[in-house]
Amino acid sequence: MARAKIVLDRVGYTYTSPVGGPVRALDGVSLDVGEDEFVALVGPSGCGKSTLLYLVGGFLPLREGRIAVDGRPVEGPGPDRGIVFQHFALFPWKTVRQNVLYGLEKVGVEPARRRELAQRYIEMVKLAGFEDVYPAQLSGGMKQRVAIARTLVIDPGVLLMDEPFGALDAQTRSLLQEELLSIWGRTRKTVLFVTHDVREAVYLADRVAVMTARPGRIKALLETRLPRPRGADLQRSPEFVERSEEIWKLVREEAERAQTTEARGRGSEVGAQEK
Amino acid sequence: MTKSQCPPRGEKVNAVMRYLPIALLLAAWEAASRLGWVPESLLPSLSGVVALWWRLLREGELFAHGGASLLRAGAGLALSILVGTALGILMSWSRPLRRALQPLVGILYPLPKSALIPILMIWLGIGHLSKVAVIFLGCLLPVVLSAFNGANGVDRTLIWSGQSLGATRRQVLREIVIPAALPEILSGIRIALALSFILLVSSEMLAAREGLGFLISFLGEAGNYEGMFAAVFTVAGLGFAADRAYLATVRRALRWREA
Repeated sequence: MARAKIVLDRVGYTYTSPVGGPVRALDGVSLDVGEDEFVALVGPSGCGKSTLLYLVGGFLPLREGRIAVDGRPVEGPGPDRGIVFQHFALFPWKTVRQNVLYGLEKVGVEPARRRELAQRYIEMVKLAGFEDVYPAQLSGGMKQRVAIARTLVIDPGVLLMDEPFGALDAQTRSLLQEELLSIWGRTRKTVLFVTHDVREAVYLADRVAVMTARPGRIKALLETRLPRPRGADLQRSPEFVERSEEIWKLVREEAERAQTTEARGRGSEVGAQEK
Repeated sequence: MTKSQCPPRGEKVNAVMRYLPIALLLAAWEAASRLGWVPESLLPSLSGVVALWWRLLREGELFAHGGASLLRAGAGLALSILVGTALGILMSWSRPLRRALQPLVGILYPLPKSALIPILMIWLGIGHLSKVAVIFLGCLLPVVLSAFNGANGVDRTLIWSGQSLGATRRQVLREIVIPAALPEILSGIRIALALSFILLVSSEMLAAREGLGFLISFLGEAGNYEGMFAAVFTVAGLGFAADRAYLATVRRALRWREA
């Protein structure tokens, strides 16, 4: 593995649930993500995988353990770590172009170059012709393309993705997975990708980290060992099916465990942090 | 093909149907006073009211009093929007400020602001100032609360997106929180707009030397019921027009919401 781009060292996280009482979301998570590596985090819902991503993003305060990106401890959000959310999080009062321009303005790219870069990224996500349209007029898949362009245009070293295709229909999802792979092949970023879809994780990632039910720990870290570049037909190959089965078994154990604990505690605050 | 011709006709019929009840009510009113069902002293005839309204308009009475009223309502409302929006957003942004102001807002919100009218008249006299103050105070809290709730309810992923795109705290507030809270702020202002008319008329009726509220109580006490009704309709018409104009402005400002 190349040198570590992201280092997670015994990261824990406890929050107070809205109904009172502390909830242990993460416990002793250690993980190194290499430069230009694509790592997927999978696990049952409520296992803290999104929380982990938000800690790397600097959106939640880190009180336990250590997170470093490029050797520097994370102290808050910054343009070196771009993020794409499940529900797009576009600025609805801005047009497609204005959304993509926003980060370029903030990081101080000169005006002439901004417009050129924005146009190039809008074209990269196949939205030429929609520059002056507001997000409300776009489909879910198109919104997520805008979000991807908005994040990548300022060229962050790390790309954090929080179930980015979870809100899309199956066809759109598989199209966007392919496009993400092709974009990633060209732009080369370190990606941390949260999903509960095992096949998606195996298809996209170099390594898959399976997390336990709450409190989330890393249960297993597996290499997908599938050749790149990958196309949609890869998903029919025996290696792919076998790797997916293997990981699915691990996830399933945790999902079942999560359900029994939920049933016992009547799920007083299940998913409060995740959703 | 028929489809493309149908909607306009349908809309026309719709508009007629919508205003039909009002037209019937007005016709019933005119008939009631003409046929002597109700005494003139209780309900003057519609035609008499319209005639007097026209006279008041021509003689400039409506402009003079209406102008004074609009000035007061406009100034009070504008102040409450400026101060209320700023206060509400800062309350959601700063925890100490929220802690300090929240109990005060909780106590003052249910207080009927019209109860302040006599006090403010003692302090500020019966001219413009006391009216503007009443309207400002009465409209302030709905605006504060809508701005606070709007800013508080902003999706955290919008704020996080801004931060990870390099926006500073101040930029996040100005460029993300405020526009995201705008729909809620604007609906709070609409409530304030309606309140401003209520407080305007009640404060002018209590004590004033000019204004439409003053005109209503002055003409009423003089026994000029046709004039009193004409003044009431002027207030109602202005209120309706203000609300419609406001809604049209809001629709333009929030164009981006339309799919």
